[in-house]
Amino acid sequence: MADNKETVGRTFAVVLVLCLVCSIIVAGSAVLLKPRQQANAAEAKQLNIMATAGIETKGAEIATLFDKRVKTLGYNLATNEIVSFDTLGQLEGAIENSAAFTVSKEGTEAGVRDQHQVVPVYEILNDSGVTDSYVLDLRGAGLWGMMYAFLAIEPNGENIRGIYFYKHGETPGLGGEIQNPRWTARFNGLQAVDASGDVTIAVRKAAKEGEVDALSGATITSDGVNKTLKFWLSNEAYGGFLAQLRDGGAK
Amino acid sequence: MALSKKVKDTLFGPILENNPIALQILGVCSALAVTSSMDKTLVMCIALTFVTAMSNFSISLVRNYIPSSVRIIVQMTIIASLVIVVDQFLQAFAYGIAQELSVFVGLIITNCIVMGRAEAFAMKESPGLSFLDGIGNGLGYSAVLLIVGFIRELFGSGSLFGYQIMSLVTDGGWYTPVGLLVMPPSAFFIIGGLIWIIRTYRPNQVEAKEV
Repeated sequence: MADNKETVGRTFAVVLVLCLVCSIIVAGSAVLLKPRQQANAAEAKQLNIMATAGIETKGAEIATLFDKRVKTLGYNLATNEIVSFDTLGQLEGAIENSAAFTVSKEGTEAGVRDQHQVVPVYEILNDSGVTDSYVLDLRGAGLWGMMYAFLAIEPNGENIRGIYFYKHGETPGLGGEIQNPRWTARFNGLQAVDASGDVTIAVRKAAKEGEVDALSGATITSDGVNKTLKFWLSNEAYGGFLAQLRDGGAK
Repeated sequence: MALSKKVKDTLFGPILENNPIALQILGVCSALAVTSSMDKTLVMCIALTFVTAMSNFSISLVRNYIPSSVRIIVQMTIIASLVIVVDQFLQAFAYGIAQELSVFVGLIITNCIVMGRAEAFAMKESPGLSFLDGIGNGLGYSAVLLIVGFIRELFGSGSLFGYQIMSLVTDGGWYTPVGLLVMPPSAFFIIGGLIWIIRTYRPNQVEAKEV
């Protein structure tokens, strides 16, 4: 038996059959579970957007609440236009289809490389349907990898309502403290950009009035947060959108 | 329930007598990475036990057909397929934890325990016994990981399974967490301590001095 199972033909046959069986199992599980996984991912995103804006989500049907309280918008950096979308999927499609460009040095330093011309904006409505805040989607490099955050801005286009890092790979207990609500609460109410569009928010050691103290033991992470905010609030990213808000509302 | 001695040894031996981490020093890499909180640890333990048991079973089932020239790659193919299936399931049914475990589920593929048991046990023994061996080694791995996870989460974050047990100073409480314990290297010290304790009580596990 040992002789005939070592022939080249036999080896190929065994490997071929094995690969076939394995690929059917892997492909089968991936295809069957895909709808569930996508639903999970979409729900997690909706939850994070609403949590950033301070909407109580406990016990609520996430998708229904999202449809009621959130308007999905896309801001075009090149044309300064704001377009409304029915679903997150449509927005993602529009972002994907918009032209990509290479960002300036500030963007590269924040860890952002290619940027699409359309960026997402989530308009949060209060119970009576009036605009409560706008949630922006940011990303930037930390110590170990990219950090992703939602930033809620007041309708006046200047002050911060809330910030939440929904995905990151920073060290738990050190850089991971960017998720600590006690730290992120320090951003609330601070001025993000002033009337002339200059970014005033900063994260650094020995922060001055209107800035946020860096996390101790997490210098590179804090610096990354600082650069991320500076880039995304600048005129290269959401700056034009915020200017529209200051000029009397995005319409 | 009268289990034969061999079955018993296969299933329960790896927990204390022949622990894959403490005696064989296998699979330590993931033990460092995923033990910062209990829920992550538990999911990782279940995932690894499932993969080890199923890979042992499937490899043992086809062991007489595997040509020895390509046997490692055949084992890897089976293990990798099982890990991908587990990862897909976690992303569908335990999305939050799957996000936190991120690459470490995928890294079960390279976990030395899975490979080691496939090569050392499943290639020789019957499918049933190999399955039990996989479960046993998974439990041995889990026992060490859960102890490490318990110590690290309780003293590093003051919580267990995410529930705050000791209120932290940063949240206005009294407990100052041990910062070292949230860092992966702390698992080295804890595992080292565990090996020391086990070998003190079971001196037969101490390796002979090299001459």
